[in-house]
Amino acid sequence: MKSFKKLALTAIMVGVLAFTTACNAQETQNNNSKKVEEETKQLQGEIKIDGSSTVFPIMEAVVEEYGMEQPGVKVSVASSGTGGGFEAFIAGETDLSNASRPIKDEEKAKLEEKGIDYTELKLAFDGLTVVVNKENDWVDYLTIDELKKIWVEDGTVKKWSDIRPEWPDEEIKLFSPGTDSGTYDYFDEVVLEGKPLAEKAALSEDDNILVQGVKGEKNAIGYFGYAYYLENKNNLKVVPIDGGNGPVEPNNKTIESSEYAPLSRPLFTYVKNIAVKDKEEVYHFVKFVLENCADLSEDVGYVKLPKDEYNKQLKTLEELK
Amino acid sequence: MNFFDHKSINARMKIRVIVNLFAKIIFFAAMMFGLFILGVLLYRIVSQGIGYLDLQFLQSLPSRKPEQAGVYTALIGSVLLMAVVAPVSLLLGVATAIYLEEYAKDNRFTAFIKVNISNLAGVPSIVFGLLGLTVFVRALALGTSVLAAGLTMSLLVLPIIIVAAQEALKAVPASLREASYAMGATKWQTIVRIVLPVAIPGILTGGILALSRAIGETAPLVVLGLPLFLAYLPKSIFDLFTVLPMQIYNWTGRPQEEFHSLAAAGIIVLLILLLFMNFLAVLIRNKFQKRY
Repeated sequence: MKSFKKLALTAIMVGVLAFTTACNAQETQNNNSKKVEEETKQLQGEIKIDGSSTVFPIMEAVVEEYGMEQPGVKVSVASSGTGGGFEAFIAGETDLSNASRPIKDEEKAKLEEKGIDYTELKLAFDGLTVVVNKENDWVDYLTIDELKKIWVEDGTVKKWSDIRPEWPDEEIKLFSPGTDSGTYDYFDEVVLEGKPLAEKAALSEDDNILVQGVKGEKNAIGYFGYAYYLENKNNLKVVPIDGGNGPVEPNNKTIESSEYAPLSRPLFTYVKNIAVKDKEEVYHFVKFVLENCADLSEDVGYVKLPKDEYNKQLKTLEELK
Repeated sequence: MNFFDHKSINARMKIRVIVNLFAKIIFFAAMMFGLFILGVLLYRIVSQGIGYLDLQFLQSLPSRKPEQAGVYTALIGSVLLMAVVAPVSLLLGVATAIYLEEYAKDNRFTAFIKVNISNLAGVPSIVFGLLGLTVFVRALALGTSVLAAGLTMSLLVLPIIIVAAQEALKAVPASLREASYAMGATKWQTIVRIVLPVAIPGILTGGILALSRAIGETAPLVVLGLPLFLAYLPKSIFDLFTVLPMQIYNWTGRPQEEFHSLAAAGIIVLLILLLFMNFLAVLIRNKFQKRY
């Protein structure tokens, strides 16, 4: 019995200890931020952001910088995917919702139903990059029709020679992002056009797995965000895409100028109008986003928009206030 | 009189020795297999992450620059989550097990409940995430707070704790209980003074397994909508927070190689936290094992 009491005591003490350490840590932080506030008279408040995991690195970078300027504003960024983000946005739980595709009609309808007005803001470009194995010496470029032939399920086993007769008579190994991802959604819209993806394709939500897959298989082809290609440039061969005006290779220049069409896609964030109007910190934050995300998005592997686009959107923001 | 037929014993001796040796080798190989895989995993993680593991890593916020990134908020968040999950799940779990083993009548209803609890242990964790989202986050309006996440995680690990505690209670020799009753003790006195102290080591083993699972889970927390980037610490259990596995998951998905190393460093931190919890459990267990 004595030991049992001691056990209870130890358990309680451990619990209390954990709490006090946590509280202490937090108090010191509070003190720090209070000091800064007194010096510069800054904003207070809370901003909640959720949405696409593709856009997350940009937001993380922006919030990191913003935190140095406005330590009093508590910004949290979740990453439950474009769809999941909109769900929370519709439920009124978030102020900003990141998206790697434009908002869908059904999502618009639900927002309307709830009486939530929103504004779409473009943050940066991502170039959907099609890659093949380094040892693949036959693919020089692909047209959109050829991409379709490769990726749409038609009941046959696909061989390179089916695409162009002079290419080898070997089976193509497909690597694609999972069907939940915004990357897949975009590819679906531009290439598949609603038709089912080839059943043999290996799917993964983790683009790093796709990189490994294409790296290790001579007959592989895959697609993913530009940043993943950029990091693995030496191990992959990029495929220039012919969207009707001759083959174009994705790089910062061609993506920014929209020359790399139709596979360069814009990345968005959707902001609640009422939040901009009522909460000064949200207005201030969104302004900070538009002013800084050109450089910060390039830092994390995306491509900035032309300068005019940001200026135009800053004007829109002023009108919202 | 001849008790042993030496001839027949000798005839079978060789094969018996061989079978014994064979069994020993198989069991040893089974253990070595697990140990080997663990060793490879540990080697990979440690060799990749150790370079990023320093005090600065523990004290910094996540960052787009790998050299400056850290796990401060995530580490505190994980500790806070455990501070909710441990008491809630252990109290509820052990109480349930005591009722089922000591008080409940041995009828079909009890058997039905027991089977269902065992089945619950096999339900995918994401289902508990959805449950937590509808019940705790939305219906009870707790938001994505430490409390909501802690309760969700408690539900997730409850079956493990209950089953382990049931087994531990079952393993207490009947003679001990009977001796206690013979001295005139009530059921409650017997449970608190005799049964529980004897069963504590077994209960703790189940508890530590369950908590280890709770601290490493990501899927249900992603469903709850926990943020990945948080520049401030939760003030109470009603505030937003983030945990280590979410941070690790995020880093492994990044294109840049440096973030993968950061993820490895995060895993090391998580492992150390787990080891520390295990250490506490072993301390308590040893104390009780000496008694009986």
